[in-house]
Amino acid sequence: MQVYLARRLIALIPALFFASLIVFVIVRLVPGSIIDMMLSQNDVGADKLSRDQLIQTLGLDRPMWEQYCRWIGGILLHGDFGRSLWQNTPVSELLRARLPVTFQLGLMALIVALLIAIPIGIYSAIRQDTAGDYLTRSFSILMLAVPSFWMGTMVMVFPSIWWGWSPQVKFVAFTDDPVQNLRQMILPAVILGTALSAVTMRLTRTMMLEVLRQDYIRTAWAKGLTEKLVVVRHALRNAMIPVVTLIGLQAPILIGGAVIMEQIFVIPGMGLLLLDAISQRDYPIITSVSLVIGLSVMLINLAVDLGYGLLDPKARYR
Amino acid sequence: MALVTDIAVIPAGKERSSVIHFLVRLFREKPLGAAGGVIFILFLLCGMFADFLAPYGMNQISPRNRLLPPSWAYPFGTDNLGRDMLSRCLYGAQLSVIIAFTAATLATVVSVAIGILSGYLGGKIDLVTQRFVDAWMSFPALIILLVVVSVLGPGLPQIIFTLGFLLGIGSSRIIRSAVVSVRENMYVHAAQSIGASTHRILWRHILPNIMPPIIVLFTTQVGAVILVESSLSFLGLGVPPPTPTWGGMLSGSGRTFMFQGPWLALAPGLCLTVVVYATNVFGDALRDLLDPRMRGSR
Repeated sequence: MQVYLARRLIALIPALFFASLIVFVIVRLVPGSIIDMMLSQNDVGADKLSRDQLIQTLGLDRPMWEQYCRWIGGILLHGDFGRSLWQNTPVSELLRARLPVTFQLGLMALIVALLIAIPIGIYSAIRQDTAGDYLTRSFSILMLAVPSFWMGTMVMVFPSIWWGWSPQVKFVAFTDDPVQNLRQMILPAVILGTALSAVTMRLTRTMMLEVLRQDYIRTAWAKGLTEKLVVVRHALRNAMIPVVTLIGLQAPILIGGAVIMEQIFVIPGMGLLLLDAISQRDYPIITSVSLVIGLSVMLINLAVDLGYGLLDPKARYR
Repeated sequence: MALVTDIAVIPAGKERSSVIHFLVRLFREKPLGAAGGVIFILFLLCGMFADFLAPYGMNQISPRNRLLPPSWAYPFGTDNLGRDMLSRCLYGAQLSVIIAFTAATLATVVSVAIGILSGYLGGKIDLVTQRFVDAWMSFPALIILLVVVSVLGPGLPQIIFTLGFLLGIGSSRIIRSAVVSVRENMYVHAAQSIGASTHRILWRHILPNIMPPIIVLFTTQVGAVILVESSLSFLGLGVPPPTPTWGGMLSGSGRTFMFQGPWLALAPGLCLTVVVYATNVFGDALRDLLDPRMRGSR
């Protein structure tokens, strides 16, 4: 297990290198004109910083490779992500405040998605080709097509017109008031989770159908085990393995969706930080947030792979 | 050499009958998918002929008719400036069609190019390319788009290029795995052993045999492009107003008026959902008929 973990962590290095390179290069796609854009598009900061100061702050007067080494070196050696151009706060401080919020939203959405997808997926498989199966399957394909930002908009508009109810917009941290915080986060988490559940539900159904046709399941039935035991103890555990992979693959979709939910429900997470930074063209924040998001996705996938070991003895110690 | 060319040319008549045969199978075996296909074609037509179909101009303001609920004169109602929502939805379809087709075509070309090179050549090129694709895929599509648009500024060409490359690099995996399985076929080895050039093998042997996944990929890309583009417009970084986009109509200044006119929130969202749904079921049906190996991969 340790060897496997070590190998996976080493494999992260090239992936992270490419990821940092992608972020670094994208922001410098138009060399030089970043400065003009910042000066022309942001009136607030323009008078605070002169052109030369800006070039120096961004380190754009140095060759590309040196810029990259300084940037990545600062992060690796001192955890220094640079400073926000307009507020001058360290980006690492902003990340520390925002990351837990997005993490909470993502986790809640994932829990909602699994709570919807797995029971319905199982039901759909053990009652294959019944009306209930068709109904839940059509529903899941439909949910795949409903854009979450539209869902969010509808949830804001219609309850307010019909019952005069609207979601609270002043954010309360979980550590300050857990109940209030959960009440606020549950709605975006449900919207995000429902959208996410569609694919998981379909895969759970497909895998259950495949597993339920295997010999050992027939043996379990023949032993006279109850349906609950056969389905939960024997079939589900094997059917879940590909579903766990899917959760890892969905991590980028989850984070992308969280950005939109944070915008609609005014939740101060990474997404809102990124959107604000983009409207202000605050490049140190933009690069750092994207890099942290990329790293999070990689770590989630690593965690998912390690989770295999728990589910599937065949995958252990490889 | 002449012999090979003779075999490769399929008589026009035979090809036409196989298309009809395929359509019959589609309607008979996958009625839902066929319905999705019909809606998809209607969406195309709406987009292409928006100028003729729209009863009013896309930005025709009529202050006297502000925030009218749906009626015969304005089937989808009017917005806060008295603009007809139906016309705006139709022009929104036009933009979606343009972006969806150009970006999905670009994405398909990019993923076929990367997939073929990486899958057929193998070795070090494959290894490096795949690590790059790994890293690329760890960024949510929306995040990369947001960052790129923040650098290049919002606008139609930027969105098409970014979306095309973005989705193309990610889905090159599917093409690569198709190429890897085709590469080991006897006819490829035969072509290699008679000394056919790599170029010729790729064009004449590999490409025709990976057409089914390419077609399926294209349809799924169209749906994905429409969704991502509308998310981007919703966040205010798509094609800038006053050009109507489905995502943009749900955001911005219109948002404050939705509480007085909830139809403003309904029409664009319904258009999006119906079109994406239709594309998805159509894509699923095509996949099941054309490429049974990919079943359940989504």
